[in-house]
Amino acid sequence: MNFDELLGNFPALTITGLEQGAIYALVALGYTLVYGVLRLINFAHSEVFMVGTFTALWTWEALGYDQNSPSPALGPLILALVAGLVVAAVASAATAVTVELVAYRPLRRRNAPPLAFLITAIGASFVLAESFGIGTERAPFGMPTLIPAETAFTVFGAAVTNIQLLILGVTLVMMIGLDQFVNRSRLGRGIRAVAQDADTAALMGVNKNRVILLVFVLGGLMAGVAALLWNVRYGYTKFNVGFLIGLKAFAAAVLGGIGNLRGALLGGLLLGVAENYAAGLFGGDWKDFTGFVLLIVLLMFRPTGLLGESLGRARA
Amino acid sequence: MTATVDKGRSPALKGRWAAMPKQVRWAAIAALIVLLYILPNRWFYEYLGFPIGSEYFAFYTTRSDFAGVLFDTAVFVLLAVGLNVVVGFAGLLDLGYFGFYALGAYTVALLTSPESRLGTNWPWLAAVPIAVMVAMISGVILGGPTLRLRGDYLAIVTLGFAEMIRLYAARNEGVLQGQRGIPAIPHPPGTGSDGKPLFGVVDARPYYWLLLTLILLVIVLVRNLANSRVGRAWVATREDEDAAEVMGVPTFKYKLWAFAIGAAVAGLTGAVFAGKQTFINSDQFVLESSILVLAAVILGGAGNIKGAIVGGAITWYLPEWLRGVGDLVGVEFDAAEYRILVFGLVIIVMMIFRPQGIVPNRRRAAEFADRRQEAVPQEKVPSE
Repeated sequence: MNFDELLGNFPALTITGLEQGAIYALVALGYTLVYGVLRLINFAHSEVFMVGTFTALWTWEALGYDQNSPSPALGPLILALVAGLVVAAVASAATAVTVELVAYRPLRRRNAPPLAFLITAIGASFVLAESFGIGTERAPFGMPTLIPAETAFTVFGAAVTNIQLLILGVTLVMMIGLDQFVNRSRLGRGIRAVAQDADTAALMGVNKNRVILLVFVLGGLMAGVAALLWNVRYGYTKFNVGFLIGLKAFAAAVLGGIGNLRGALLGGLLLGVAENYAAGLFGGDWKDFTGFVLLIVLLMFRPTGLLGESLGRARA
Repeated sequence: MTATVDKGRSPALKGRWAAMPKQVRWAAIAALIVLLYILPNRWFYEYLGFPIGSEYFAFYTTRSDFAGVLFDTAVFVLLAVGLNVVVGFAGLLDLGYFGFYALGAYTVALLTSPESRLGTNWPWLAAVPIAVMVAMISGVILGGPTLRLRGDYLAIVTLGFAEMIRLYAARNEGVLQGQRGIPAIPHPPGTGSDGKPLFGVVDARPYYWLLLTLILLVIVLVRNLANSRVGRAWVATREDEDAAEVMGVPTFKYKLWAFAIGAAVAGLTGAVFAGKQTFINSDQFVLESSILVLAAVILGGAGNIKGAIVGGAITWYLPEWLRGVGDLVGVEFDAAEYRILVFGLVIIVMMIFRPQGIVPNRRRAAEFADRRQEAVPQEKVPSE
């Protein structure tokens, strides 16, 4: 136990935690949306994120950046970021949709038991991870440094970098956008209706399958954005990069209340911060355990999460 | 749409088997068991006239030591039989089954190895019950909070658990000695007729025989459990938990039992593995293996012990054998590299087209067919 480390670096740990938590939150949205509508833990979502990191990298490579190229000027930089974002988001969404169409929809048509969905989900996850693993020879890939980390300003002696600002900013924008979409738009109403009661919603004229597809698309888009932010911040990817992120994102979703969009944001940020405090307190080796321990403790004492579950009641 | 209940491969074959006199059936089973015990012996093939070491590959794996492959296959079969209790009987998804296996192996290693920092230096045999208990207790600790809630949380908690065990083992430089692992784990006891120790380094056969015996024992135990009050409670819980609870079945208790029994079998397997390997580190307990065991259970037919055996044999033995076949045809083909990919695909396809597995449990197959029939109306919306 190293309290000096924790207290001495408290602001810095908090900021790093928020930044990592933002990425968890974006991935957690995918779990929460699918869970809210289908009551299914979509294990393949971690691989949806992984596909995003790779496609963004390939986009940058196609644009002529490699690990050694100098950071571009503002114009090309924005172009590269936007191109990477669009490609990653689209590829992630396409992956999520493919999994839904190939794996889950046939099961729904057969009214398979929940266990069958879970088993299929884990199968899909491993198929995706392994095909990338075999395709990339299980090697880690470095990214071009598009944005050199610079200190934007300091709070309580902790430096806040431009990358951290970017991550938090993008996450907030995406979150608010998604929240508004689900709560205000016609399609969002459909999502909430199916989440509340799928059969009744179908009787009221909501196309259930279309709503489910939409949920996978939205989750995939968010995972793609998270993947881009990951690339910018951490600068590497690997075929199994999604595993830990996925596990933590799921823990974050449960922490906030699975099925609850705002809960996903809260849970993600809290988890990120808690993880960094734990790393300060117990040493970096323990960082990855925090999310898991938190998940088990939470299941014992407050299984519905901090903000409560149910996407159907996500208005509050 | 007529949903057909698939009752085994061919009812005729099954019927003929059941119609045979009891003595004949027992004799056939005994013969099969004897065959399984002779399988790794070289003289058996020489006696039959198969030219070992040449082009022959009927079911001999040419690329790796056959007895070793049989041992590994037996490990998988025993794990599959254990996981079958959790997934097949109780209908719970345990994705971190290898975590308990790792616990068993590490417990034995820590207690017995002279290199271990615990310094207890127990004999192998004394450590085995402890390993089984540690695995079982950790199953209760893990399952307690999770099983009280929805079963689907169990899947992700176990998934995390297995990976956490591995990560911890890899990083802990203290007792678990990180990636270097724990060497010098003693072998099981026993002295052969020639005065040498029965369980050595070179010959994998005694370990295979030991494991085969354990498999038979576990099968008898699990079979009896499945046919008892406990087994009926599992089926009831699996089919409809609320209904079972209303009927007075303490579902949580029985789910926890299934989970703990599964964990104990994995711990036992891990203990034997550690005794053969004499060295373990975190790299031997990768998550992919948990998924392979799950694939074995699903592929073979969850809820059916025979299915678990078949599945376990297929997932481990088949890729090894294919490597030998590849050699013969002149293709350098490492089936193990594609193992997870292929079995992942197999899981998806099976769940859609044959969720009951190759050797189905009749009751489970009927459950699937039932649900399928119930499904039709609401999904046949014309706009689709």
